[in-house]
Amino acid sequence: MQTKDIEIKGIRDGILVEIGPGNWKRKEKALLEHIRNNKDFFEGGRLALDVGNHKLDADHLVALRNALSDENVTLWAVKSSSLVTERTAQNLGLSIRIRQSTAEKDAESSPSTIEGEEAIFVHRTLRSGHKVQHPGHVIVLGDVNPGAEVIAGGNIIVWGRLRGTVHAGARGDQDAVVCALELSPTQLRIADKISISPGDEKRFEPEIAQLKEGQVIANTWDTKTR
Amino acid sequence: MAAKIITITSGKGGVGKTTATANIGAALAKDGHQVTCIDADIGLRNLDVVMGLENRIVYDLVDAIEGRCRLQQAMIKDKHIPGLFLIPSAQTRDKTAVSPTDMVRLCDELRSKVDYILVDSPAGIERGFRNALAPADEVIVITNPEVSAVRDADRIIGIIEAEEKGPAMLLINRLNPEMVRQKTMISAEDVVDLLAIHLIGIIPEDKNVIISTNTGVPVVLDGKSMAGEAYRNVSRRLQGESVPFMDLSKQGGLFGLISNVFGTGEK
Repeated sequence: MQTKDIEIKGIRDGILVEIGPGNWKRKEKALLEHIRNNKDFFEGGRLALDVGNHKLDADHLVALRNALSDENVTLWAVKSSSLVTERTAQNLGLSIRIRQSTAEKDAESSPSTIEGEEAIFVHRTLRSGHKVQHPGHVIVLGDVNPGAEVIAGGNIIVWGRLRGTVHAGARGDQDAVVCALELSPTQLRIADKISISPGDEKRFEPEIAQLKEGQVIANTWDTKTR
Repeated sequence: MAAKIITITSGKGGVGKTTATANIGAALAKDGHQVTCIDADIGLRNLDVVMGLENRIVYDLVDAIEGRCRLQQAMIKDKHIPGLFLIPSAQTRDKTAVSPTDMVRLCDELRSKVDYILVDSPAGIERGFRNALAPADEVIVITNPEVSAVRDADRIIGIIEAEEKGPAMLLINRLNPEMVRQKTMISAEDVVDLLAIHLIGIIPEDKNVIISTNTGVPVVLDGKSMAGEAYRNVSRRLQGESVPFMDLSKQGGLFGLISNVFGTGEK
C-alpha cells in the first residue's frame, strides 16, 4: 500500500507508517484519511510511525495520538532522526525503537557512533517510567526519581537527586562515571558491573561513582583530588 | 459561566479517586457552585454508587456521547445537595466506546452550564485515563502514603507534564498521623519531597469515609469527620482561598511542621 505522502509497511510489531518530509499538517491529514478509508485494515491495530526529520512537539504528537484513538488505532512508537521528536515521544511514553529487521538493529547498536564527546542535556526531573537513552553522555538538570532510568554510552551527571536506575558506559566503557548531588540510586551500573545503594542514611552531598578494580566505588566529590 | 474542568486521577487503583471526586464535588456544590461530576471509568462504574444515585440512572455518558440522549438527560441531580450533578459511566460498554475527542466535545458543551466539571479517571495509564485527561484544565493526582501508590503517582505526573496538562496538584489520601509519628508510614513531607508538585490537601484516614461510601452520603456533610473537613478545605483551596493545613495530630509536632512548610506560606 502506498500513497504519495506516506508509506505503509508490515513489521513484526504491527504496522509501520513512514512519513516523508514536507508539511506536517498535510502529512497528518493524509495519514488519517488513509486510515479512515481503510478502516477494516487499521481498526484495533497498533501503529508505529517513522517520521524522519519532522520536528514534533507534545501538541503535535498528542493531537495525532488522540486522532488515531478516535479511529481506534493505538500509537505505540515514534521513530525519528530529530532529537526533539525523540524526546517528545519518550516523554509521552512512546517507544522510539522499532524492530524492523535484524540487519538494521545490528547497524544501530554497533559502536561506530561517538563514544565520548556528544552529550544530551535533559533539563527536567525524570519521573517513574521515564527513560533516557543516549550513546554519548547524559546530563540531567533535575532529579532522577525511583522508577526512572538513564542509560548512557558515556558518563551520567545528575545535578539533582539520583534515586532511579542508571547505567553509565553501557557499551562497555569501564572508565565511565556517575555523578550526582545526592547519589542514592535504586541500581547503579557501570559497564557490566551492577551495584545497589548501601541503603544508609540519605546524605545530600555530591558524590561520584566509578569502577575501581572491577568494583563500583562511590566517593564524596572532592575538588582537591581532581 | 465557563466551567473549570478538573480531572482526578492516580495511576494506581484503590487510592480514593472516586471518593475524592464525590466529596470535592459535594463540597464545591455546598459552597454554592454548579458542579457536574463525570464518571469516566467506563465499564466499572461506581461514582453513582458512592454518591447514592445508582437507582436514578436512565442515561449514561456513552448515551450522551453517542447521541441517544441530550446531555441534560444524562445529568442526574444529587439528592442531598442542590447544584450537584452526576453523569454516570456506562456499565455494559468498555473504554473504547469513548475517545479523547468525545470527552473534550462533551465537556465543552457542558462548560457553559456549570462552574466546575470533575472528571473521575479510571486507574492505569491507558485509553480510559487519556479520555479523562483530554478535557482537563487542571489535574489532581491522588496518592496514598505508600511506596507503590507514590511511584504510580510519579509516573502519572510525568505523563501529565509531557502532555502539557500540568502542573498537577497533589492530594494525599488516607494518611494515618499516628503511624507517621511511629515512622511506620511515609510522611506527607516525604511524598511532597519526591513528587515535587503543589499540595492541595491531606486527607486523614477516617472510618467515616467508609461509612459514607456505603450510605451514599458524602463525608463532607458530616461536620464531625476529620476527612470531611479536609475535603472542605481542598474545595476552598480550589476556589483560590488560602487555607492552612489541618493539624492532624492533636499533639502538634509533625503536622504543625508540614503546614508551615507547605500550607500557609508563612516561613
